[in-house]
Order: sequence, then structure tokens, then C-alpha cells
Amino acid sequence: MSDITRDEVAHLAELARIDLSDAEISSLTDQLGQILQAVAQVNEVATPDVPATSHPIPLTNVFREDIPGETLTTEQVFGGAPDVEEHMFRVPSILGDAPATKQGE
Amino acid sequence: MSSLTMPFEKALELFEPVMGFEVHVELNTATKMFSWAPNEYGDEPNTNVTPLCLGLPGTLPVVNKQAVTSSIRLGLALGCHIAESCRFARKHYFYPDLPKAYQISQFDEPIASEGHVEIELETGEVFQIPIERAHMEEDAGKLTHLGGSGRIQGATASLVDYNRAGVPLVEIVTKPIEGTGALAPQVAREYVSTIRDMVKALGISDARMDQGSIRCDANISLRPRGATKLGTRTETKNINSLKSVERAIRYEIQRQAAILAAGGSIMQETRNWHEDSGRTTAGRPKSDADDYRYMPEPDLVPILTSRERVAELAQTVPESPVLRRRRLKQEWGFTELEFRDVVNGGLVDVVEHTVEAGASPAAARKWWTGEITRVANERGVEVETLQVTPADVAGLEALIEAGTITDRIARQVLAGVLDGEGTPQQVVDARQLAVVSDDSALLEAIDSALSSQPDVLAKIQSGKVQAAGAIIGAVMKAMHGQADAKRVRELILERASQS
Amino acid sequence: MSEDLIRLTAAELADHLASGEVSSVEATQASLDRIHAVDGEVHAFLHVADKAALATAAEVDRRRAAGEELPSLAGVPIAVKDVMTTKDMPTTSGSKILEGWVPPYDATVVEHLRNHDMVLLGKTNMDEFAMGSSTEYSAYGPTHNPWDLDRIPGGSGGGSAAAVAAFEAPLATGSDTGGSIRFPAHVTGTVGVKPTYGQVSRWGAIALASSLDQMGPVARTVLDTALLHDVIKGHDPKDSTSINREWPSFADAVRQADLSGVRVGVIRQLTGEGFQAGVRARFNEAVTLLTKAGADVVEVDCPHIGSAVAAYYLILPAEASSNLARFDGVRYGRRVMPETGPETVENMMAATREAGFGPEVKRRIILGTYALSAGYYDQFYGQAQKVRTLIQRDFDAAFSQVDVLVSPTGPTTAFKLGAKVNDPLAMYLNDVATIPANLAGIPGMSVPMGRADEDGLPVGLQVLAPAMHDERLYTVAAVVERELTAAWGKPLLGFAPELKEASK
Ligand SMILES: [Mg+2]
Ligand SMILES: [Zn+2]
Repeated sequence: MSDITRDEVAHLAELARIDLSDAEISSLTDQLGQILQAVAQVNEVATPDVPATSHPIPLTNVFREDIPGETLTTEQVFGGAPDVEEHMFRVPSILGDAPATKQGE
Repeated sequence: MSSLTMPFEKALELFEPVMGFEVHVELNTATKMFSWAPNEYGDEPNTNVTPLCLGLPGTLPVVNKQAVTSSIRLGLALGCHIAESCRFARKHYFYPDLPKAYQISQFDEPIASEGHVEIELETGEVFQIPIERAHMEEDAGKLTHLGGSGRIQGATASLVDYNRAGVPLVEIVTKPIEGTGALAPQVAREYVSTIRDMVKALGISDARMDQGSIRCDANISLRPRGATKLGTRTETKNINSLKSVERAIRYEIQRQAAILAAGGSIMQETRNWHEDSGRTTAGRPKSDADDYRYMPEPDLVPILTSRERVAELAQTVPESPVLRRRRLKQEWGFTELEFRDVVNGGLVDVVEHTVEAGASPAAARKWWTGEITRVANERGVEVETLQVTPADVAGLEALIEAGTITDRIARQVLAGVLDGEGTPQQVVDARQLAVVSDDSALLEAIDSALSSQPDVLAKIQSGKVQAAGAIIGAVMKAMHGQADAKRVRELILERASQS
Repeated sequence: MSEDLIRLTAAELADHLASGEVSSVEATQASLDRIHAVDGEVHAFLHVADKAALATAAEVDRRRAAGEELPSLAGVPIAVKDVMTTKDMPTTSGSKILEGWVPPYDATVVEHLRNHDMVLLGKTNMDEFAMGSSTEYSAYGPTHNPWDLDRIPGGSGGGSAAAVAAFEAPLATGSDTGGSIRFPAHVTGTVGVKPTYGQVSRWGAIALASSLDQMGPVARTVLDTALLHDVIKGHDPKDSTSINREWPSFADAVRQADLSGVRVGVIRQLTGEGFQAGVRARFNEAVTLLTKAGADVVEVDCPHIGSAVAAYYLILPAEASSNLARFDGVRYGRRVMPETGPETVENMMAATREAGFGPEVKRRIILGTYALSAGYYDQFYGQAQKVRTLIQRDFDAAFSQVDVLVSPTGPTTAFKLGAKVNDPLAMYLNDVATIPANLAGIPGMSVPMGRADEDGLPVGLQVLAPAMHDERLYTVAAVVERELTAAWGKPLLGFAPELKEASK
């Protein structure tokens, strides 16, 4: 049931923002095919009435009081930054719009 | 072809618009949604950040209790059902302003759903806007584009400030809004205006469209009159003012109508609104690349809200903007038009506060919709950023009524207040603007004017009292306006009868 | 003296430090000497903090000399798994994408260690982002098993397990997402515990799979493990999944261990086929030992455990693909510009992630992206979460009959380096016995139960307890350790070959 194609792997790599080489796509297509075949058995055990578990220990209503705490210093903020300008993180030009809703820049 | 538009009336003859809105409200909590970083607008870049705001590995979110309270109150104001249990989800996409490469949002279990908002147009027409949901999420950072026009297109690089990253948002999503016909642009504007008034009244947001604390994405599609199937919709972003909401909807209707009438089809895409040109341009096409891979947020646990808590918070929800407006309009005794000016100017609050501070409703309205709005427009800013408070306006009005200053001087006093010189009384004192009530100074000026215009004096003495106007003018000029014209007139008549 | 110091247990060393017989500087120097002597071959460490460690030790000695009351493990050296952030040491999670990154904050576990005046020796090697069972997927080269340098030390925490097994440190920290503490303990003849999910804070632990990750102690003895566990456990308001309650002393559980009347269940699905003969033999003996020590041993069924690996290899990659999305070259870590094509931020991110991640990380990210993508979610991720429910129910049913469950920790002894590195499916099966505890959130431990006859390599007994009852692990393991050590005449690690010391 879980055959995966080269094109699908290439699309997944795009979604995951990894510039996979052709060789990587090929080997991953084979490996993922095998892995998916193995893990597809999850479909054979659980019936629709079984609820999903997203947290192993069920907790609820964990909150934080709305009180400001310590912020990072400039040195800490930019300590690991690849490129900085005017106290901001510099990135190369952006090709596309963001999908999420935001103020126009 | 994309820049062609059809006249609005013609478009409405052929098509029925269907709208939908996603309004994002930034909450004015002290800290961010999931981090203890301060939630402050306008600070130095990247100063309000913690390890979580930068998406550093190993960091974990914890929900801001106040943000949840605000969201529930907003949900109630929207007439929504508050979920007994809700949870967060991760929405994945890569963008440099999104520090974790996912936004913590709500997906299948929002905190509020199934509500409606009543709005009332200038014409008095009332619409019920159906609300699908209101959910909690976090904001992204802010980008500055270098090179080019400052827009993303043509930029050589961009700079990222994460101060806004993680600021709490409530996203309010409507159901499709149908049956508005030609009123669609006004309905759109009034809806956003009502949401703005609502969050202001709740006190949960700065509600500043110009600063992005309220943002509106407008979905619109057209379908041929009589058809039932919804057309392909576009989603217009970048709408930064109430006026733009109206204009953008109007433009999209005209643009889509032209395409459809020419046999074309609408691309499902986001479109960017341009305030300057009054147009929208194509943004990102919607495609299967929009695979956000939602998953329950494993780092956060569900939020349960008891019915007692909902009832308790319901007590804190103020009357709806429409009801409040109806009440105030009646209390203030304004005409439809006068009241509309106040509402459209976003001045309901300040007028109300000015009246509370002792001014008459008419005077309060006159100052806020008149001179103060004029100055704001002149300076290209929102009224509320000006350095004048309702108490100042009430104080100004009190000085006029006490005869300390004249109407004309009052404008100078206001200018002083706006320039940060203090309260009206302080400005009057500092600039020595108080009306000259010393009759001797006035009589001196009157005598001088009368003696230089004997013909006018003769007219007055012959009973043509209106001729006194010329003398009044001369005296006021001599006094640099710092005189009470009524008193000057009295003195002139007195003098004329004596000589 | 140095040679003796490194072989002391943490508990013994703590006593010596408290009595003033040994200084922390001496103990720390002994550990550092040992690291410099053997780690060239073992490669348990990615970073050694000689100076800072000695400075901390000297400060502890000074305060002790001044008569200050110090925590019980004050001055005891410890190695920290590189998955945990440390303000004063690079933190890479075994990945090139974080090479040289020094975080601006400490993990809560690390804060606990510092608050207890423990001496941080350095950061230990691990599979990249904790993805692996052999430490061969570390971007900085594999760790070698001190029992046989040609073999794997288990993973992902092979560095921590090897560090304690090679007497480079008495204690180490670990993280366990599907067995990363327990499987290395099993193949190195050491002890490791995965606590109840939520008992130890995850703040500052670089996330692999958030709903499975749990930090825990690594040591050579059960008591040492308990002492460290007592230091790192507890509620943390910075972790929303942290459990807010009081926990009993696990060290006390060790000291008072008594098995009489304890009901022990042998998981039928985790015995027999798939397990190496030598592993089975030692396990059967351990079960006999438990009975002799007064436990009531029965067989129990966990029918859905057979699907645990499948569910795990959907849930883990899905959550990992999400957690690792943040490594985009914008704010920290490595940035790589595209070799071809325009220099856009999109291409920069893709090039950074291509160059910065190793093959196993990419494999799991792509798999996880698939499991979460539109149209597949219900079939894969959603379905795996249902299996998770079934496994929890299995454990609930089992624990209604018994107090603890036991099984071998791993199916085989340590295999040769390279044997499975290109066969992901075979690699994934190493965790068959350990994964179910992570899916259910229950605590688990691996304690040495002997050596396999066929290769003389160590094997571990896994003990599982219901959530919130970690103390039961210590009760059982303490008795097993006591009885077996008595039978062997020395601890299991006493049978390990001497490591060649490079320069002294
Ligand atoms: Mg949206
Ligand atoms: Zn949104």
C-alpha cells in the first residue's frame, strides 16, 4: 500500500527544505519504500473507535502568569548568528511571500 | 488583463459577491503568548527576546494565562461557544521571520467557535456576520527589506527583528458572508470597525490598524447572479486601514468581474493591497505546496475551560459596539450624520471620555471631529497619537465657557497643547492668551477706532447698529484677537450713545 | 591513587569527598587524566572542559574547607550528553549544523547539576540529534564500546555509556526517546534509567520527539543512578509537560530494596525469537534470581507491543521533522549558500539543511514529513497515535496484575561497528524492547544481568514500572545487582578488558 515514488520524495524534500542530491533521492526512495511497508502495519491494529494519544501523561491547564522575565543580551542574541546587520539577523533576498497572515512589510 | 476593472455598478448587476474575513488581533498582554519576553511595540530590534523567541533548540513554550482569558472574553463578545477543551497545533512552513519554522496555532480544536457579530451601516442597515471560529496563535517577527523599493520584490537582502515573534494573536475567521450585494465594501469596513471597537472596549488590544495590532485579510469571490456555487476566491492582504478595507473589496469586485465577464477565470491566490495605487497585485498562488503538516503541539497540554469560568468571564464583556453606539447616539442627541462622523473617525471613545470630563456632547464632537482630526490628517497620523486628551478638550471648553478665552484663541491654545506645552490652562498662562477683560484697554482701542471712522460712528448713532461690526473688527485686530467680541460690542454701543 | 579514584562509584567518591580523604580537584584531575589517556580510542567525548572542571572542583574544595554544608554529590565529576544545552560549552547534539554553537542558556538538568555543585567534565558523543542506536550516526565519528573497540556502544547515548564504562566519569546524563539510555547501558554493562515522562525537565534538551523524549541518569551502579536521578528530577515551570508532584527518594529505594512479595511480570512478547541465545539465557537466569529473592513471577501479555516499533517510527520522525525545522541557517548554527542557482533565502535554507544534516537525520525528516503531509496524516501519524493508546492499555492491564515488568533490554549484544549502518530497518529493531516504554510514558531501566556465552559481551535486564512509580525500578534492580555481583565476585565491568592508556 505504501509505494513511494521518486517524485514524491523530491516533493517531500522541498517541503522539508532540504536540497537533496539526485543520488540521495534515489536511495531514499528505496529506503522509505521499505520503511513505509514495515510501519504500515499500524493500520492493521487500531480500529476507528480507538482514540489517539498525543501525550503519554495526560496533563491539562498548565499556564504561566503574565509577568515579564529576563531577556537575552545583544551578545547572547547574536552570539551564534551567521550574519548580523543593525542589530538584526541578515538573510539573503526572499523569493516568495509568507503563507501566514502578517502585516505587510 | 489583470489591471482591467469593470464599473462597480455593472459588476454588481452581473455578479453577487461573497466575502470572508480573517482578522488578526494582537493582544496587549505584558508578555508573549508562550514566552516571558515583554510584549512591547516599537522597541529596539531583538531586545524583547528570550531563547524561545529565537527558536533556540531545547526551548519549550508555556501558555500565557492572561492571553487565554483575553481570548475567551473576545470569543464571548463574538457570541461564540467557548470550547470545554481546546488545544494547540503546529503549522509548518519555512520563512525567516518564523523562528521555529512552525507557528503554534490552533487547528481542529479552537478555543471559540460558532458566533455572530451584529453590524450597522451608516444607512442604518443591520447585518449579522457569521463567525466560524476564533483561535489563539503567535505572531511572527518583522522583516525589513534592503535595496530595491523597500518591498520584498527587488530587495537584495532582508533583516529580521524577532521582537514581535510570539506576540499573542487571536485570529477571527468568518463564515462566507452572502447577500450584501453592492453594500459589500461598506459591510467589510463596518465589520472590521466593529471588531476594532469590540477589542478596544474589552481592553484586550491596542487595536491600532496602522501599527498592525489589527490586521485584516479579505477573501472575496464572485458568482453570477442566481448561481449557487461559490466562485474561486482571492485573499487580499496588507490592508492597513478601515478605508482600505472598503477600497480593496471594491477593487477586487471590479477586477474579478472584468476577468469573469471576459470569459477568464480567477486564480486562487493571495493578493497584496497597495494603498498608493488603490490596486491589488498577485501574491503567492495557493497550491498543494500549502501543506502545513498540522500536528498536535506535543510541548503543550490541552486547555479545559469550566462553564463556571465562562459565566464569570461573560460578566466582564461590555455591551456590543452596535448597542453602545445606539445608546450613545441617543444620549448625545446627535444627528445621523454627526454621529457617523464620530464613529468613522474612531472617536466614540474620546468623545465619550470628553463628555465624562464635563464637556457638552456637541462641543466634544466639534473639537474631535473638527480641529483635532484636521491636525491629525495634516500630520498624517492617527488622532490617538496626538498629545491631546479628552480631559484637555473638556478643559479647553471650560475656558471658553468661563470667557477666559474666545473660540478663536481656543484654536491657538489647542495648538499649544498639541505641541506638548501642557494643559490648556498652562498654555493660556504661558502664552498669555487670556482674553483682555480690562475695559480701559478696550476703550482706548475703541476710541481710537471711532475717531478714525467718524462716518461709522454717525451711522451707529443714527440707529444702524450693525455698522458697529467694522469697529469691532478694528478693535479685535488692535487687540490681536485677545478680546471678547461681545464685550467690545457692548462698549462700542455705550461709547456711541455717550458722544 | 588516580587509578583507584576513577574506579570509585559516585557514592563512594562522595563519601571520600565529604570526609576530606579526597579532594574534588584530585578526583576531577583523575577523570581528566583518564579521558586524555583512553578517549582517543573510545571517543566518548565531543568536548572536554579541563579548565572549567578544575575551577569548579577547586571552588567546591574551597567551600568544603570553609565548612560549608554541600549537597551530597558536590565535587563529583559528571559527563553531560551533548543533547543538553550548556552556557559554557559547545552544544551540537552530534550534528554539524550546530558545530561550535555555545547556547546562551543552560538546560534545567544542567542547572540541577550545577546547583548540586557537581563538576561538569565535558559533553558526550551521540547519534546526530539522538537518531540512532549505535552512535555511528554522530557527525563527529562513532564512539567505541570499551568492551571491544570494534563494536558499537549503543545509541544514541553511546558517549555517556562508554564514558562511565571506560571509567572516564562516574556519572553521565542521557536522553531516552526510544531506548537511548537503556540500550547503551545494555551493551556496555552499565546502568541507565528512563524516568516517567515529565519527571525530568526537557527544557534545554534539544528535542528529538517531544512526546517521547525523557532525560535520565547514566552510571555504573544502581545506587549511583538513583543518586543522580534524585538530583535531576522535579517539576519545572518552563516545561509544560513537567509533572508537578513530590517524588520519593530513589536512593532510599535502593538502600531499602526488598523483593519479597513483589509481583514481577515477564512480557511474553519480548522473549524468545528475535533475541540472541546468550541474551535469552541470561534473562532466564535473572528471572530465576528474582523468584529466589522472593518475587512472584508470572508471564503477562502485551499483545500490541509487536506494533510498537512501527508506531514509533512514524511518531518519532513526524515530531522530529517538526522539531528540526528550526535549523534554517538564519539565527544560529551553520549557514551554507547554494552552490548553484540564485542566492535566495529559500535556497540558502535548503543548502544549509542539505549540508548540515547527516543521512539518518534526512531519512527521518523526509519520513516524518511524509507521515504528517496532507492526505497521509490519518493513515500514518494519526494511526500511530492510536496504536500508542493500545500499547498504553496493554501496560495498564499488565500493571493491574503485577508491580513491575521485565524483559531483556536489547535483542542482541553489541554488534560490530558498520554492521547495520546502511540498513535502517535492522538498526530500528535494536529498540524493540525499549520503545514501548517511551510510547506509554512509563519508566524503564537497564541493569547488567551478565555476559552472553557466545561473545562474552554484557547484556542488560530491562525493568519497567507504571508511570509515577520509578522507585520500583530501583527496588528490583538493586536486588538483581546485589545478588549478581555477589555471585560474580565483582561488578560486571570488572570483566571488561583493560583499555590501553595512550599517554599518562
Ligand atoms: Mg489564517
Ligand atoms: Zn493566523
